[in-house]
Formats: sequence, structure tokens, C-alpha cells
Amino acid sequence: MSQTASSHVPDAAGRFGAFGGRYVPETLMRALDELAAEYEKARVDAAFQAELDDLYRNYVGRPSPLYHARRLSKETGGAQIYLKREDLNHTGAHKINNTLGQALLTIRMGKKRVIAETGAGQHGVATATACARFGLDCVVYMGEEDIRRQQPNVFSMKLLGAEVRPVSTGSRTLRDAINEAMREWMSSVETTHYILGSVVGPHPFPVIVRDFQSVIGYETIEQSRHQLGRLPDLVVASVGGGSNAAGMFYPFVEEEGVELIGVEAGGRSAEAGQHASPLSYGQPGVLHGSFSYVMQDEDGQTCDVHSISAGLDYPGVGPEHSYWKDTGRVRYTYCRDDEALKAFGILARTEGILPALESSHAVAKAVELAKGRSPEEVIVVCLSGRGDKDAAEIARLTGASK
Amino acid sequence: MSKIDQLFKTLRAAGQKAFMPFVTAGDPDLEFTAAVLKELDARGSHLCELGIPYSDPIADGPVIQASYSRALDKKVKLAQILSMLGGVSGQVKAPIVTMVSYAIILRHGLAKYVEDAQKAGAAGAIVPDLPADEARELAAICKTADFSLVQLVTPTTPRERALKIAESSSGFLYYVSVAGITGERTELPRDLIENVGWLREQTPLPICIGFGISQPEHVKRLAPVADGLIVGSAIVRRVAEAGSKPREAVLKDIGEYVSTLLAALNG
Repeated sequence: MSQTASSHVPDAAGRFGAFGGRYVPETLMRALDELAAEYEKARVDAAFQAELDDLYRNYVGRPSPLYHARRLSKETGGAQIYLKREDLNHTGAHKINNTLGQALLTIRMGKKRVIAETGAGQHGVATATACARFGLDCVVYMGEEDIRRQQPNVFSMKLLGAEVRPVSTGSRTLRDAINEAMREWMSSVETTHYILGSVVGPHPFPVIVRDFQSVIGYETIEQSRHQLGRLPDLVVASVGGGSNAAGMFYPFVEEEGVELIGVEAGGRSAEAGQHASPLSYGQPGVLHGSFSYVMQDEDGQTCDVHSISAGLDYPGVGPEHSYWKDTGRVRYTYCRDDEALKAFGILARTEGILPALESSHAVAKAVELAKGRSPEEVIVVCLSGRGDKDAAEIARLTGASK
Repeated sequence: MSKIDQLFKTLRAAGQKAFMPFVTAGDPDLEFTAAVLKELDARGSHLCELGIPYSDPIADGPVIQASYSRALDKKVKLAQILSMLGGVSGQVKAPIVTMVSYAIILRHGLAKYVEDAQKAGAAGAIVPDLPADEARELAAICKTADFSLVQLVTPTTPRERALKIAESSSGFLYYVSVAGITGERTELPRDLIENVGWLREQTPLPICIGFGISQPEHVKRLAPVADGLIVGSAIVRRVAEAGSKPREAVLKDIGEYVSTLLAALNG
């Protein structure tokens, strides 16, 4: 807690304070070096940025609105709640911000084939979409359990021309899908780019994904100044791997007056295996190529985790979140499955918006925090995605509980 | 000079090559792993690699992944593995190298892992997810303890980088034959012999080739260019039979397979 969080991270070795780095087999090192070098060039290339901006505006539909949820705020009673509407993006979530950027990098590197992992299927759909848009071959790895609970997205990926490869190892969720994608990349690395979907994995993925997603936070700052005449008091986002939260928080890191709250998946209970909250209950360790908070046992074996939301059902978290946690810049908390389900219902009923179950975790926490605050205060929630994909699963869960 | 340095010195003087089989600890239980290590040693293996099962091994193919799952399903713990190793290491001639993920070493504590593994009789470690760039702290600890830290070079490693890796590796250098994961392959890359040959001229460190090797023909082809060969999945696949066949028969099968490869190597 001694140091102050800086936005000038990571360093050349991919370190956010103590966190991050590259813990991967030697086979992948050259590709990671090449990716880092290409990204450094692209980052300062005005033509690259112009192309990405044009895609954001005319293909994704950016800027996404910063919407004052008046009925929700009124029903809650307390602070004003604003929603950053990433659910209105093309493909229905924030994931497209990153996949378009990485698709452009793929082309710059002369590669024609892409692989990706997906949990909720949002990143899979966004990758399949970017690949269709640029004529790239696309294979998406997805756990069998997630294929079951996120059927609509599986169908979309196939329609978009991607091959969905079911993963049957381990818990058959996001973590196993990343393992399989990495294994495939070990053999296909010369011709294939791996579009990792969150701010996790070895350097340079955490910084690349954060930068492409930070359009969320930069827009929020500009919209707040324009609509409110000031910055919000509090910004809330859900955290699985942490890409929507990183993109929302990063531009605010040095805006000290703005309180930042990350919401992990609290699952059913605090018991090990019943939640997916490494920042709340885990400790620093290595998973999927980076050093960060993780749920692991005393031998360093990764623990099984649980969340009602496939996109948050992950035992690790991006290294920059660990850095923000330890510097105290962001406060991390969690929201249980039933609270997220309840928030889904409230937002649907008061605002006519079906949030993704992932985003429902942030909505739930925002409602809870708004209650104790004055109506003059403003809370911005990153509504990272739409909930159509979850409707069938929610019907099944609520039906079963009756 | 570590046990491994000594071994390669002797082998090089005799014009012989090292045969290094791999076995997963705790597959299907530690008692059988100890029996397999003894069998591998009795057949004349020069070194043995002991795989410490890990929940998320990204460098491993389906055969070794499955062996790790079988071991972890039975909740095998690092302390139990090291205790088994402590019991068997005094009874075998072949130095034993642990193949272990960095997640496990880091959680155990770097210095404590080296100390505990060494106490159990291990001669070194191969850490497949710890590239040379991140290995400095562990390498320093290993050096002080005279515990070999074997590093890896792959077909995607640029030559200049391969030389740096060779400088920081100890015991031997693990040359990964293919860009990919572990597992048996019929064909090995064409430029493998040329690349290993080049590297061997640049470094005094012994070079052992692993990944994909399973057949006597592979062994015959690669032996002249390397100091040793590593065989993993082909052994682990045989160990897996212990789930359904009498253990004596499985041990005999593994032993005979190893003898065939050894004959091809130094015969």
C-alpha cells in the first residue's frame, strides 16, 4: 500500500509493480517479442490509430452513451447512477474494442489465422466478428460447460464463420479454454495470432488489451465533463479477468478524486471453490503466464472456482488489477450469484435494459453503494454487455428455484 | 561439479549418449512411480525426469496432461512426492531431475524448493514455463546450491537468444525438437539435426533433445548430434496401463521398451 499507482506501467519486462511478467514456454517467447514490438510501432502510428478510430465510430457505433438511469436511481434512493452502455456496441459487449485492435495487429504482422478462447462467448463472438470483417481464419476454444450455458453465442460464432472447438479438460470453463488455446498456439505460433480476450496472460497481452479497452474510460471522462460538468464520484465495474474494468479504470488512475470499485464474482459463498474472487480471497501466484492474484492451493495448483456468470468464472485476474489492489488505488469487492440475478431483474424492470450477468455484478454493487450516498453524487457503472445470451440460463435457474 | 555434470563428463569420455525417460509422479500412485523409477534405472537409463503434476500445464500434450490429472485427482501433494523421491533416490544410480511448473516452485518458495528437492536427492529442475528472462533469481539460488537448472531452446528461439540461454543453463540444455506440445510424433522436423549441430558447436554444455521422440529410428537418427535424448509421452502412455493391467506386466513392458531404445542409442 506504500506506493502510489502510476499510469506509466508496465515496464519493458511487462511488470506492473511486482505483477505481470512472462511465465510461458520458450516456444512462445519470440512471438511475444514480435507482438510487443509490433504493438509499440502501431501505438505511435497515426494511420493505425485512425483506422481503429474509424472502426470504433462506424462499425462498433462508438462512442457508447453515458446514460443517466433515472428510474433505477430513483428506486434505489441515493446517488445518481449512470450506465456506460458498452452493451450497445456491435456484438453487444466491450469485447469488440479489443478484437478489432488485435485483428489490425494480426494483419500488420502478416498473419492470416487467429485463435481465441472464450468464456461467456462474448469475446468469441467479437473475435469471430473481427475475423469475418478482415477475412481472417478463426478458431475459438470454449469449455463444454460454457457451450451449454451460452448457446446463443456459440451459434453466432458459427454463423460468423468461426470454428468453435469444445474443451473437455478440467472444469470445462474459461481457464481450460485458455490452456487449450495456448497449447494450440505452441504449434501454430509462426502463422497464427492468439487474440487473448482479457487483460491476463503473458506480456504484452495485459497492456495491449487494457489500451484497446481504455476507450471506455476516456469516453466516460469526456462525457462526464460534458454531461455533468465534472468527473463522477465513483466508478464501478465487474472483474473476471478484468478487461472492461481495466479499460474503464485506467484513464481514471491518476484522477485521485474518483473512487474506483472492482466487483468480482462472489459465487455462492466464501468457501473455496464456491466463488471466483482471487483479489478478495486469493494470493499472488502464477497462472497463464503472469504473476498476479490467483486462487490456488498450498502447492500452487489452481483451484476450481464458481460463478453464475461464465465470463467471470476464472481463478485468476489481470496483473494490473493486482497492482491497483496492492497500491490501494482500486477497492475490490464481490457480489454473490443471487445478488447479481436480482440486479439483472431490477435493471430490466426499471430501465428496460437486460444486462449481461457479468455486468449485473457491477450493477448490484452500484445499487448497494448508491443507497448510502447523497443524490448529488454520481456513480458510473460499466455496463459491459447485454444479457440476451443469459436469458435462457436465467429462466432455467429461476424456474428451478421456484 | 553437480551429479549431472559428472555424468555427462563420463558419457562424453566414453563416447556414449544419455537416455532420459520421463515419468509423472503419482500416476497412478507414488508407490508405482517409485517402482517405475527403479525399473528405468535397472535397465540402464542415465538420468530420469520426474514430472511434478500441475493443474494447468500449457506445454504438455494430451498424454502427459492426462497423467497429471490422474495424479492430482488422487490429491497427490508435493511433500509426498519429495518423500517418495527421498526413499528411492538412494537406490538408483541415475540422477533425477524434477520437471516442475513455476507456479509450484513459487508457491513453495524458490530457495525452499531447491533445498527440499535436493534433500530428497534430486539433482536439478526443468521449469518449462520459466523462460531465461524470468529465471535469474532461481538460477542464482540453484548455482549456489550446485543444483542444475536446465533451460530450454526451441525451434522458434532465435540463434543469438539460444546462445544466451545456453550460457545461463546448467546441467544440460534441453533442445525442444518441435514448435508445439509434448507427445509422440512419427516425423521430426527436417532442420532439427542441423540446428542442434550448430548449437552444439557453440556451447560446451551437453544438449539433450526432447518432445516427440518415441521410436528406435528417431533415436538412431538423433543420437549422433546430441548428448542425450528424452522420451516422455511414450513412457507415460505405458504407465497409464497400470490402471487396467497387472503392475508387474506394465513394469516389464516399460523396461523392455526402454531396453529397445537404449540398444538403438548406444548399441
